[in-house]
Amino acid sequence: MVGIITYGAYIPRYRIKIEEIARVWGANAAEITGGLGVIEKAVPDYDENTATFAVEATRSALARRSVDPTEIKAVYVGSESHPYAVKPTAVTVGEAIGATPVMTAADYEFACKAGTAGIQTAMGLVSSGMMKYAVAIGADTAQGAPGDALEYTAAAGGAAYVIGNDDPIAVINHTCSFTSDTPDFWRREGEDYPRHGGRFSGDPGYFKHVTGAAKMMLADMGTKPSDYDYAVFHQPNATFPQKGAAMLGFTPEQIKTGLIVPRLGNTYSGAVPLGLAAILDAAKPGDRIFVTSYGSGAGSDAFDITVTDAILNKIDRSKGPSVESTLAKAKYLDYAVYARHKGKIKV
Amino acid sequence: MTVARFWREIPQRYNMVGTKCETCGRVFFPPRSVCPHCRRNGKIVEYKCSGKGKVLTFSILNSASEQYAEMKPYVLAIVELEEGSRVTTQVICEPDEVFIGMPVKSVFRVLDREGSDGIIHYGTKFVPDVV
Ligand SMILES: [Zn+2]
Repeated sequence: MVGIITYGAYIPRYRIKIEEIARVWGANAAEITGGLGVIEKAVPDYDENTATFAVEATRSALARRSVDPTEIKAVYVGSESHPYAVKPTAVTVGEAIGATPVMTAADYEFACKAGTAGIQTAMGLVSSGMMKYAVAIGADTAQGAPGDALEYTAAAGGAAYVIGNDDPIAVINHTCSFTSDTPDFWRREGEDYPRHGGRFSGDPGYFKHVTGAAKMMLADMGTKPSDYDYAVFHQPNATFPQKGAAMLGFTPEQIKTGLIVPRLGNTYSGAVPLGLAAILDAAKPGDRIFVTSYGSGAGSDAFDITVTDAILNKIDRSKGPSVESTLAKAKYLDYAVYARHKGKIKV
Repeated sequence: MTVARFWREIPQRYNMVGTKCETCGRVFFPPRSVCPHCRRNGKIVEYKCSGKGKVLTFSILNSASEQYAEMKPYVLAIVELEEGSRVTTQVICEPDEVFIGMPVKSVFRVLDREGSDGIIHYGTKFVPDVV
């Protein structure tokens, strides 16, 4: 059965409080924090980017379970902040985990769902028998223009999944997607920051696609929300996934573990992969997990996952940092230092 | 650094691949092609270091070339790897966190960027090895 062989997460150590960003722009901090449900967000160090997140997350996955890296025949990195416009991030990851040269690799882009698109590709390659293992990563150093609404949530981090058939810690029972051409969020080539359709981005974007994919999954599997122990939805803020979950009939208790955006911010392609990692950090054999990502533009990928006994006896989760332990180790920056970190002040 | 030199050094920069003399057991990082102890009797093979080590000595850099200016003050240290080799490296922590003997482990970071249109050099730096 195709599933997750091992997984790893990476979140940089720096944070900025949303109230600090609001202070600089003369905005009402309580209103913004309340509206978004986000208290602080992760900020990359000067020498970090999507490639370093992807490498660290994948190395953490491989530290948890002994996987022969030469058996990894594909690496996909989903991100909207690949360090190069031309030159793949995935080759750097392949080299840094010792999987090169006998492997295929590519970078994926689909706003915030490029990571889950990579998981689907990896599932296909492994299920067809083309290879033993494939790695899919979602990672971003999200960009928001200074003073724009996106700046309050645009965060940094990523997670990596090794997909295979061999004793998975979690079986992926099914995946399905819901996709359409919807201009809710975009960035043109050469522009530093993305633009968005403002209020338009909620209904025809996030909610239509998330509930579209999620309802399709429930129908395909003949399940209802109460059949799942955990659920994780794309989390650009805390309000969208809470509202989406409620629309579908999932309870606050089911989404609590995977809802990490209040202390992390929106990690774009990293968001659902990191939320799922937080759930796997806590999961027990038999737990069933409902996953739905969202990428503007727009589309959603849904997954139905069942945790196996292998999570107890085939991997050592303590060999890689848990999402919770990483979130707990925060170092706070003021706005001036934060702006330098993000390269917003070009000296 | 030329693109060609960086490319040749990727195994040691990304994965701390050094060499080991199978005759005397010494590990060399950066790699050496001849064991200075055994000379002609040495048998050199590739060896991947664990990335664990400890701070032997350090200094806090408050001034830096333009390339690293945004990172100052930063910690530059000589780290002794558990295999015995010594490397000069940045240790990523606050200047008041570092101490002699501090256990460290390797991480994958950007070493430098050639302007806004050149190559990004990735490689190994160190962070405190705390649980
Ligand atoms: Zn020797």
